[in-house]
Amino acid sequence: MTMAEGDLAVTELAFVRRAMVEPKAPPVATKGALFWLRTNLLSTPFNICLTIVIVLLLAWIIPDLIKFLVTDAVWTGDNRDACREIVQHREIGACWPFVWDRLPYFIYGSYPIADRWRVDVFFLLLAIGVTWLLWLRAPRRDLGALYFFVILPISSFILLHGWDAIGLPTVDTVLWGGVLVTIVVASVGIVVSLPIGILLALGRRSRMPAVRTASIVFIEFVRGVPLVTVLFMASVMLPLFVPEQFSPDKLIRALVGIALFASAYMAEVVRAGLQAIPKGQFEGAMAVGLSYSQMMRLIILPQALKITVPNIVNTYIGLFKDTTLVFIVGIFDLLRTIEVARIDPHWATPVTSTTGYAVAAIFYLIFCYGMSRYAHATEVRLARGDKR
Amino acid sequence: MNTATADARLRPTKLNTPIAVELIGMNKWYGEFHVLRDINLKVMGGERIVICGPSGSGKSTMIRCINRLEEHQQGRIIVDGVELTNDLKKIDEVRRDVGMVFQHFNLFPHLTVLENCTLAPIWVRKMPKKEADEVALSYLRRVKIPEQANKYPGQLSGGQQQRVAIARALCMNPKIMLFDEPTSALDPEMVKEVLDTMVALAMDGMTMLVVTHEMGFARQVANRVIFMDAGQIIEANAPDEFFNHPQHERTKLFLSQILH
Repeated sequence: MTMAEGDLAVTELAFVRRAMVEPKAPPVATKGALFWLRTNLLSTPFNICLTIVIVLLLAWIIPDLIKFLVTDAVWTGDNRDACREIVQHREIGACWPFVWDRLPYFIYGSYPIADRWRVDVFFLLLAIGVTWLLWLRAPRRDLGALYFFVILPISSFILLHGWDAIGLPTVDTVLWGGVLVTIVVASVGIVVSLPIGILLALGRRSRMPAVRTASIVFIEFVRGVPLVTVLFMASVMLPLFVPEQFSPDKLIRALVGIALFASAYMAEVVRAGLQAIPKGQFEGAMAVGLSYSQMMRLIILPQALKITVPNIVNTYIGLFKDTTLVFIVGIFDLLRTIEVARIDPHWATPVTSTTGYAVAAIFYLIFCYGMSRYAHATEVRLARGDKR
Repeated sequence: MNTATADARLRPTKLNTPIAVELIGMNKWYGEFHVLRDINLKVMGGERIVICGPSGSGKSTMIRCINRLEEHQQGRIIVDGVELTNDLKKIDEVRRDVGMVFQHFNLFPHLTVLENCTLAPIWVRKMPKKEADEVALSYLRRVKIPEQANKYPGQLSGGQQQRVAIARALCMNPKIMLFDEPTSALDPEMVKEVLDTMVALAMDGMTMLVVTHEMGFARQVANRVIFMDAGQIIEANAPDEFFNHPQHERTKLFLSQILH
């Protein structure tokens, strides 16, 4: 036998390996842009067709988008004449002077001009809280949680609503509007819906019939009713049953409605995660003597929430956009302020509405995409934690 | 680290009563199906019981009743003087003192090996973290995998995972250990390392109830072998008598099929 042991075909009945096969580098280069292009975009005929279709689609959309938003856009001006084709004698894209002019209204609504610094401070406090909580290497994240869940809500309420005793005049929530309202409604919904959702999900799986029935009735009732109806109920029906002086503020009623609505959806998302946890994890936790709450807190929920991160964020993104529905009960969120501003005769041009909606689209895109990216990073991090 | 004190912990905790586990006229149904029928069993402190029988004979269900992973519907179960009822306090008390090892390990995949071992001592026994770490490491040394302490269970082989599961149970200083087919899910190469750990544990005088088909293990360490079929105890005897002179026809048939 003259062949090397490594490429010997085992055809004889008896075979004993004498030399082990050492690991070698793979034969073709698996790096570089060309390789990436070939494996990802041009690997099969179907893939090639898809690539061509998508490239054509982008070629069709992107130039128009740039043309409208940048090249044909009007950047300066004091009134509608700057953005009118018949005055300027050229094709007109986005009317940015309109946005600059009405930007304070988009951000603060009708919040008194002298007190708008309070909203700015609120945005700053919120940004600090979000960064502290979401940035994993931030110092003392336990304090960050205390700040975000206890200090921030209380101080924000005092700051935004006002407290005469410390010299902050009360600002009625009727005057709140724009980004302020969108952010307040979305943050309250996001922060409140997860814990309530978890409790409802655990309740739905409880062995106690009263708890289980109550959870099921709540979840199914809220999910069976459109958000618009919930908001109408909160703002129109509630005052009919509750005397005027005990009836809470209109914005608070909407907040409660949105929070409960989001909680019901969150409960089902969390329940799906709970159901994916094998029975053995419950048994292992019980067998070492953990109580029910310890088992849930230390063993089951960390694993269940981890696998539901994409669905939780999906619900959050939906909720963030659903906040626009509060306009139905007369609350001026960002979209509503844009709606009002775009029919202002001072800026009435054919492109005003489009420009306003573009602003809304960009705003919602930035926030939703941000949430999506953060969730993706979280998934990657958690997946690294339990390599199999 | 003071190994003298750490090793002292390896001795099993003393039972409060001479009888470790007592099952009296115990019955259990799954819906209409009568899984456990009139079970009477008395396990003395320090005894090693091996339970065998065909699948579906109720042997796993029986030992799972002892730490109330399953509920019995009739009869009494008394674990070291504490009777299992619907009283949650009693159930917690029993689970603290009864360790269990499962067929599929049931380690917590999101925690490291060390965290798996220290979780219950810290949260249930309120042990300081530093002390819990020392105890856990001494048990991990005992099961011969201290170097894996900071890995996640998913990075270990099946045999290693099962040894971690044994260490995790021992960290609670149990008075009684239950083993539910601890080697059935392992590759053949890994069975021995787990059995060796269990033999060492038996040599220390731990009270053990083991559901297994490892008859070599039964011969080596068991005081009594119990054969179950159709939800009832068919035959119980010292291992020599049990294997060499089985009395019941069903036992003879079973042994003839598993001992070739």
